[in-house]
Amino acid sequence: MSARLMQGNEAIAEGALKAGVRFFGGYPITPSTEIAESLAKMLPQVGGTFVQMEDEIASMGVILGASLAGKKVLTASSGPGISLKQELIGYASAAEIPAVIVNVQRVGPSTGQPTAPSQGDVMQARWGTHGDHSIIVLSPWSVREAFDIAVKAVNYAERFRTPVILLTDEIVGHLRENVELPAEVEIYPRRKPKISRAEGYEPFTPDDDLVPNVANFGEGYHIHVTGLTHDETGFPVGSPKVTRESIKRMHEKISRAEDEIIEVHQEFMDDAEFAVVSFGGTSRTAYEAVLNARKRGLKVGFVRLVTIFPFATKIIRELSKNLRGLVVAELNFGQIVYEVERAVQGQCPVKLCAKYDMTIFEPEEIEASIDELVAEVN
Amino acid sequence: MKSEFTLKLERCKGCGICVSFCPKQVLALDTLGKVYVANHENCIACGQCELRCPDYAIFMDKIKKEASK
Amino acid sequence: MIERSYEKFFRQNRLPHLWCPGCGNGIVMKAIVQAIEKNPNFTQDNTVIVSGIGCSSRASGYMDFDTLHTAHGRAIPFATGVKLANPDLNVVVITGDGDCTAIGGNHFIHGCRRNVDLTVILFNNNIYGMTGGQASPTTPLGKKATTAPYGSVDRPFDACKLAEAAGATYVARSTAFHVQHLVKTIEDGLKNRGFSFIEALVQCPTAYGRRNKMGEPAKMMAWMRDNAVMKTAWDKLPDDKKIGDKFPIGLFYQAEAEPYDAAYSHVQELAGGGVKNA
Repeated sequence: MSARLMQGNEAIAEGALKAGVRFFGGYPITPSTEIAESLAKMLPQVGGTFVQMEDEIASMGVILGASLAGKKVLTASSGPGISLKQELIGYASAAEIPAVIVNVQRVGPSTGQPTAPSQGDVMQARWGTHGDHSIIVLSPWSVREAFDIAVKAVNYAERFRTPVILLTDEIVGHLRENVELPAEVEIYPRRKPKISRAEGYEPFTPDDDLVPNVANFGEGYHIHVTGLTHDETGFPVGSPKVTRESIKRMHEKISRAEDEIIEVHQEFMDDAEFAVVSFGGTSRTAYEAVLNARKRGLKVGFVRLVTIFPFATKIIRELSKNLRGLVVAELNFGQIVYEVERAVQGQCPVKLCAKYDMTIFEPEEIEASIDELVAEVN
Repeated sequence: MKSEFTLKLERCKGCGICVSFCPKQVLALDTLGKVYVANHENCIACGQCELRCPDYAIFMDKIKKEASK
Repeated sequence: MIERSYEKFFRQNRLPHLWCPGCGNGIVMKAIVQAIEKNPNFTQDNTVIVSGIGCSSRASGYMDFDTLHTAHGRAIPFATGVKLANPDLNVVVITGDGDCTAIGGNHFIHGCRRNVDLTVILFNNNIYGMTGGQASPTTPLGKKATTAPYGSVDRPFDACKLAEAAGATYVARSTAFHVQHLVKTIEDGLKNRGFSFIEALVQCPTAYGRRNKMGEPAKMMAWMRDNAVMKTAWDKLPDDKKIGDKFPIGLFYQAEAEPYDAAYSHVQELAGGGVKNA
């Protein structure tokens, strides 16, 4: 395939389509709308369905219904829209329905700064819906990676039967780059029941990987799906044991695969005394800041969280043992820094480089934080 | 008898709908609040009881004339 | 052991249901499966029952199909997704007055507008039953609820008028008293290709009737018998006779219009993706 100039948002649409997404429900909101617009055009070309719903909640509901009927599904939104989707993100988690939710972050809270970039929804991506739940959150830093991560998000949603948040930002969403996209990608197929109804099939009996092989609607299994806490049969049970085991399994199905899911992009770490931790669009600036610092003779490494949640606790903890300090650069008042501090356990100082004024980082701003950190520890 | 009743008492919640809509006072609730057939001979097999039972606890079958001979 | 053929549509091991003694929901749930039984195009394998949250929405758990008990108010968006993802499936929605006309009101009107091929059955008990008797958008003026202890001053919705205005292509009302009529009404709704809306009045003796001194369940049903007027008769009734508790039942509106899945299949053809080849 020849190179094409495209936007991060378009690359997400392309990746989703390539990964087998055949259903999108959405509602217009800047800066995510190009994903809906791209899929409105492309999905019917491959026999898929695009539907513009009456609101963000309905957009989430319609994709969950479509997912249960057998389609791979995606929705995209930003800021207030993501807040509205939280109710049914929790439903997807509880009822174990594969779905990908793209959040092209903008400045909040509330309507905030509608077209300006931010990374202020990090903790919402992890904890936005109520109740104990587990979730996967991935964040790309380039247009090409937006494609790859869209594919990965769809595959994880299917494999773990969980909502997956593709947490991007206005920087990457509206970034245009010349990219070459692969003709084929690896696809995780929809899980299928392994036994028949007559053999005693129960839709929510976990497989060896703790993920249930839930039948699609219309396949004759007569399954019941509910947001109430349920046992293997899918029917609600008011039992402490079932509640405990259900919450535990839904965490463990993801945590036991953490080593596979967690992806951290590291560079210049072999000799690093310091490192900058960042993710998403901010990583582009952080990378330049690291290069500049190294030119000035500072041994600074680059650590980029591709998987935001489950958080790379072990990796960050190991790195921190050999570092004199870490800068966490994020386009918010300080969110992922708390996860980093938790992982580091005081083994080295952690300095927050925060920005929340509608504008993206300049490399000098991150460099200044590096310099301050170096001065503090020397 | 014009009818035959099948009562599923484990489902009967004693709401009294069948008792009330029976035009011939065939049905009644017992001390424990469950339906019973009190005056079977008065039953005209109209089926109002089964029709409106919200709990699928009472079934009424007409006895065909040939069978009752 | 089942006594009647329609009972095969129930998950026998889930019965008896959780509804209160005398609740009308069981009557409507039976009417739905009786109507389904009369339609050879609706099988247990190709029919999906979708419900929201509330007393009525518990019905899905008792019905032996693929069943989806969604979140409060969201049954119609989920059902829309099921139908559009696989138009071969028949989709029936079970909802309540709070679920459909309050928290799910926006989804309701837009489901009607798109004419999605769903059959939506609203169990209208005029109250929030599961939470213990709060006023709903269909609680009549002056009736008491835990959140309207002095009587409701919120003007109620006529859900049928709302559905018709919003674009539904089959709109009808019946009651838990008029069982045969209710079955026929649902049966016709299932036949309609498009958004069918059936409002079924049900008695809630526990959370509504008792507080409003409406008496035993049978008395609440007798009220339906005495006040429901068939549409044909209602239309001939002079306005000064349409008073008190009188209300119309029957078929209010029916129209031919392309259902959403068919309309979207044209989009797929235009785009070159054919129909349902994904």
